[in-house]
Amino acid sequence: MISTLFKSLKLTVAFCILLSVCYIFILWLFAQVAGPNKGNAAVIELNGKVVGATHVGQPFTQDIYFWGRPSHAGDGYDASSSGGSNKGPSNEAYLADVEARIDTFLWHHPYLKREEVPAEMVTASGSGLDPDISPKAAYAQAKRVAEARGIAVDKVMALVNAHIEGPLLGLFGPQKVNVLKLNVALEKAVAKNHEDGIK
Amino acid sequence: MNTELVGSIAQIVMMIVLAYPLGRYIAKVYKGEKTCLDFLAPVERWIFKLCGIDPNVEMSWKGFLKALLTVNLFWFFWGMFLLYFQQYLPLNPDGNAGQSSHLSFNTCISFMVNCNLQHYSGESGLTYFTQLFVIMLFQFITAATGMAALAGIYKAMAAKTTQTIGNFWNLLMKSTTRILLPLALIVGFILIMQGTPMGFDGKMKVTTLEGQEQMVSQGPAAAIIPIKQLGTNGGGYFGVNSSHPLENPTYLTNMVECWAILVLPMAMVFALGFYLKRKKLAFSIFGVMLFAYLASIGINTYYEMNGNPMISAMGIDQDAGAMEGKETRLGAAATALWSCTTTVTSNGSVNGMHDSTMPLSGMMEMLNMQINTWFGGVGVGFMNYYAFLIIAVFISGLMVGRTPEFLGKKVEAREMKIATIVALAHPFVILIGTAVACYYWVYNPAFVEAEGGWLNNPGFHGLSEMLYEYTSASANNGSGFEGLGDNTWFWNFTTGLALIISRYLPIVGQVAIAGLLAQKKFIPESAGTLKTDTATFAVMTFSVIFIVAALSFFPALTLGPIAEYFSIY
Repeated sequence: MISTLFKSLKLTVAFCILLSVCYIFILWLFAQVAGPNKGNAAVIELNGKVVGATHVGQPFTQDIYFWGRPSHAGDGYDASSSGGSNKGPSNEAYLADVEARIDTFLWHHPYLKREEVPAEMVTASGSGLDPDISPKAAYAQAKRVAEARGIAVDKVMALVNAHIEGPLLGLFGPQKVNVLKLNVALEKAVAKNHEDGIK
Repeated sequence: MNTELVGSIAQIVMMIVLAYPLGRYIAKVYKGEKTCLDFLAPVERWIFKLCGIDPNVEMSWKGFLKALLTVNLFWFFWGMFLLYFQQYLPLNPDGNAGQSSHLSFNTCISFMVNCNLQHYSGESGLTYFTQLFVIMLFQFITAATGMAALAGIYKAMAAKTTQTIGNFWNLLMKSTTRILLPLALIVGFILIMQGTPMGFDGKMKVTTLEGQEQMVSQGPAAAIIPIKQLGTNGGGYFGVNSSHPLENPTYLTNMVECWAILVLPMAMVFALGFYLKRKKLAFSIFGVMLFAYLASIGINTYYEMNGNPMISAMGIDQDAGAMEGKETRLGAAATALWSCTTTVTSNGSVNGMHDSTMPLSGMMEMLNMQINTWFGGVGVGFMNYYAFLIIAVFISGLMVGRTPEFLGKKVEAREMKIATIVALAHPFVILIGTAVACYYWVYNPAFVEAEGGWLNNPGFHGLSEMLYEYTSASANNGSGFEGLGDNTWFWNFTTGLALIISRYLPIVGQVAIAGLLAQKKFIPESAGTLKTDTATFAVMTFSVIFIVAALSFFPALTLGPIAEYFSIY
C-alpha cells in the first residue's frame, strides 16, 4: 500500500510533466503562431483603439447602436462572470420579466408589430455574453438606428446585409450577425459620410 | 432543409464514421499490437523506470483494483491540498482565493471520479495553476482510469480461462499517451485557430464602444477544453462551459466539441468487437445505444426548436426556438443535440443552460443519466451496460430454460448478486438523496434559508433542480440545472458522497464480475447456447435496462418535469 502510494506520487509528477507542462507548451506555442491574438482573445479596433473582444458580447443601450441580447452575466455582459438566467420555462416571475422586456422593446421600436419582436431579443443568452443576434433581430432595429443617426434606413439595412454571417460552408448551423462588428462598421460608415460632407 | 438540422445530422454522422476506425485503433493499443504512435514507447518506458513500475507484470483482478483504488486515493490528497492552498501557489494573475474546505472536498472528489460537477465558477474559483495541475491533469488521468478498467474487462472477456486481466499501470499510461493526448492536441489546434484563448495573461481590460469598462476572463482555455470533451469530463474552463463565446466561439468549434464528447465512448464499443473478434456483438450493442440516443435527440430537438409555449402565447416571433439560455451562433437544434450527447455519456459539459430547456427535454436529460448506460463515460459507460448484459443473460436464460451463459462462461449467483447491487445502487443514491433534500426543504426551511434558499425556480421545476443535481452526481455527469445554489455545505457534502459511491462501487463490481467470470471454465458454444449477438437479445437488453430505469424513476419524474409539462402545454 505504502509503496503503491509512493509509486502513485512519482507517476503523478511524471504525468504533470507530460501533460501540464509539455502538452500545454505545445499548444501555447501553436497559439503564438496560429492564434488570432497570440493566445489572447481576438479583438476589434476602431481608429487604432481596441473597442472589444470579437467573440465577447458587450452592453449596448444607446439608440445609435444595434443592441445585443438580454444578459445575466454579473450586472449584464460582465465578461469575468459569465452566467445564464437559469429560469425554468414555467416560472411566472420569469415570464413577467419577458413581458416587460417585450413592452420595452416595442416602446423603443414603435414601428414594429408585436409578432415581429424576435424572441431572442427578450430572452437571456446562456453565457450572458452572446456576441450575436439573428439577421431578423438586426433588421428589426435598423429603423431606430437610422433615425437616431439621421441617415437613410436603406444604408443601415445594406450594412446589416453585409454583416450577415451565413451557415458554416453554407450548410451547417444558423445565420447570425456579430453586434460589435456591425456597430463598428456603422461608426466607420458614419465617419466616412461626415468626411464626404465636409469635402 | 433547415441548416440547423443539417448541422445536427452532420455531427452525428461524423461521430459514427470516425468512431469505427478509432475503435479498431484502440483495440490494437490495448492488445499491444503495432500502431503508428509506437515512437512514444521510449517515453513511456522511461517514465515507468523512473517510477519503479514494471508495466509487464500481469495482475489478478484484485491486484488490478488495488492499484486503481490506491492511485485514486493519492489523487484525492493531491487535489485537496492544491485546491485549498491555491492562493499561495504560482500562476494566479487574477488573485483568486483558495477554496473553502467543503468546496475543495466536493471539487476534488468530483474531478477525481471523472464527474466534474462544479459548485464554483471557473473564472473566479480556480487559478491557472489549479486549472492545469488539478483540473486538467485529472481530466486526463481519471478518464484514462476508466478506460484502463474497461481494457481489463476486455482482456477478461477475450480470454478462455485466465487468472489475470492485464497490468493497470500499463493500460493507464497507454490510454493517456496513445489515445487521449493525440486527440486532445488535434482538437486543441482547431480551437486555437477558431479563437479560443491559450495564454497566461490575466483578464483583458477593454473599453467598450459605449465607453464602459469590460474585464474579459481568458487563460489556457484551449488546452483544457479538448480533454474536457474527449475524456467525458465536462468541467468547463469558464463558468458557463461551452456556451461561453470564448470556450466555443463558432459553429465549427461546436461541431468539433460535440463530436469529441461521443467519439471515444462510441469507439470503445467498436473496440470491443475488434478486441474480442465479435463484431456482431459490438454492432448489436451499438445499435441499442444508438437507438436510445437518437430517440432522445428527436424529442429534445422537437421541443427546443418549437419554443416555449408560454412565450408563444405572448404573441411574439419565436421562430428561432426556445432561446432562453441558448446562444445565437449555435441555435436551438445544436443545443438540443448537445444536451442529449452530454447526458447519454457522463460528460456533463453544456452549450446552453439545461435549467431553461423545455420540461420534456429536461426529462430526457435526466432519464439519459438515470439509465446511464447509453454509451456512457469513456470506459465506465460500457461497463454499466455490461452489468445489465449479465442481468439480461440471466433473465433470458430463466425465460427459455437454459443455463445462463455469456461468452462461454456460466453466470451464477455471485455475479448476479454483484450486478444487481450495481444496478440498484444508482437509483438508490439518486432517489434517497433527492428525498433527503426535499425533507429539509419542507421541514427545515430555516436551514435551507441559511444556505441561501437553494432553488432558483418555484414549483415542479424546483423539484427537478434537486432531482437533476443528484442524478448528475450519481451518473458522474456533472451538468446541472445550474439555477440550484449548490455551493453550500449541504450540497457540497452530500453530492460528494454520492459521487464516491457511484464511481467506485460500479467499477469494483464490474471488474469483479469480469474477473470472476474469467476464472471459470470455458464452455464451447453449442446449439443450446443462448445467442447474445442477435437482434432479439438486443431488444431484451434494452427492455431490461428501460424497465429498471422507468420503474425506479417514473414517480419522481412525474412530480417534476412531467407535471411541469402539463402545466404549460
